[in-house]
Amino acid sequence: MSDKKRVSRRQFLNYTLTGVGGFMAAGMLAPMVRFAIDPVLQTQEGGDLKSVVSVDEITNEPQRFEWTINQVDAWYESEIQKTAWVYRNDNDEIIALSPICTHLGCTVDWASNEEYPNQFFCPCHAGRYTKDGVNVPGTPPTAPLPMFEHEVRDGMLYLGDAKSRKGA
Amino acid sequence: MLQRLYDWVDERVDITPLWRDIADHEVPEHVNPAHHFSAFVYCFGGLTFFVTVIQILSGMFLTMYYVPDIENAWKSVYYLQREVAYGQIVRGMHHWGASLVIVMLFLHTLRVFFQGAYKKPRELNWVIGVLLFFVMLGLGFTGYLLPWDNKAYFATQVGLEIAAATPLIGDEIRTLLAGDPSIVGAQTLTRFFAIHVFFLPAALFGLMAFHFILIRKQGISGPL
Repeated sequence: MSDKKRVSRRQFLNYTLTGVGGFMAAGMLAPMVRFAIDPVLQTQEGGDLKSVVSVDEITNEPQRFEWTINQVDAWYESEIQKTAWVYRNDNDEIIALSPICTHLGCTVDWASNEEYPNQFFCPCHAGRYTKDGVNVPGTPPTAPLPMFEHEVRDGMLYLGDAKSRKGA
Repeated sequence: MLQRLYDWVDERVDITPLWRDIADHEVPEHVNPAHHFSAFVYCFGGLTFFVTVIQILSGMFLTMYYVPDIENAWKSVYYLQREVAYGQIVRGMHHWGASLVIVMLFLHTLRVFFQGAYKKPRELNWVIGVLLFFVMLGLGFTGYLLPWDNKAYFATQVGLEIAAATPLIGDEIRTLLAGDPSIVGAQTLTRFFAIHVFFLPAALFGLMAFHFILIRKQGISGPL
């Protein structure tokens, strides 16, 4: 073709057919893609706080407390058990830590290793956390133990979701 | 950009003859609706394929949420339709497409029949087409049970009774389909699911490939 700006009939038909075809394909695929990515776009609502233990039972030593929550997993509802390590710190504030190791998700235990009687210890890869849940540098975990949202109502401790904290 | 990517691949793998062989061929005047409007009847085969593609895609996406289990099947369908964004659309596409594909298949069959396009040398392709029709009916029958609602359950009950009416081996066929001599339940649902998403689609793909290769080999039948 002599004039470069001219669009030949063949090109024009190619463009229009590709456009129409693309539009149809997009119309077909858009609902399916949106359907598939829905879990990513779901907004996470904070769970209700649940009554766990009377505040009188909380000591300066971390103690393990368990409670159950009603979990709605799409079409499946079930009761699942939650665990927290709870104690009162030196400022008399209640601290509720998640027992899930931030390394690879094993369950940590308070003072279970004789060499570190004042730390949380993870048996899987010897990860350690100080009493306030902060990971000990040089051990596998890279972030402190998540802390549960909590509230004291009528002398009872209520716990909510565990919030992860930034690495030490 | 796209052109350069294509050229890069083409230079190494020589893909142009591949797609030209599939896509680049003359459409005879007598099957082109631009020349004779009545030639739209030649579209039904392609439309069947188009709806089949929609069925495959929407079905693939539906299995992201669906579970073939008597406790959860209905709940998962309810969930994906009510709670998941566009769930009603995607399930709707699969639901209505299932009927549409049978309609298109039927119109395509009628066109081939009344134009006598099945005659020599295309008898084999007619036979493959009939097999495709049976596979589609099988997909419709097995897919109908999957939502596990009352309509699905009792329709399958009836379908199994029909299968059981086969002379001599009726009861065996029924048990083979339902997974149990007397219960329409857990095993029936998993079987129908497996047949619906693995066995019949595999047969469908094989037969469709054969159907299309024969069309390319033999060409479209001449004008009436």
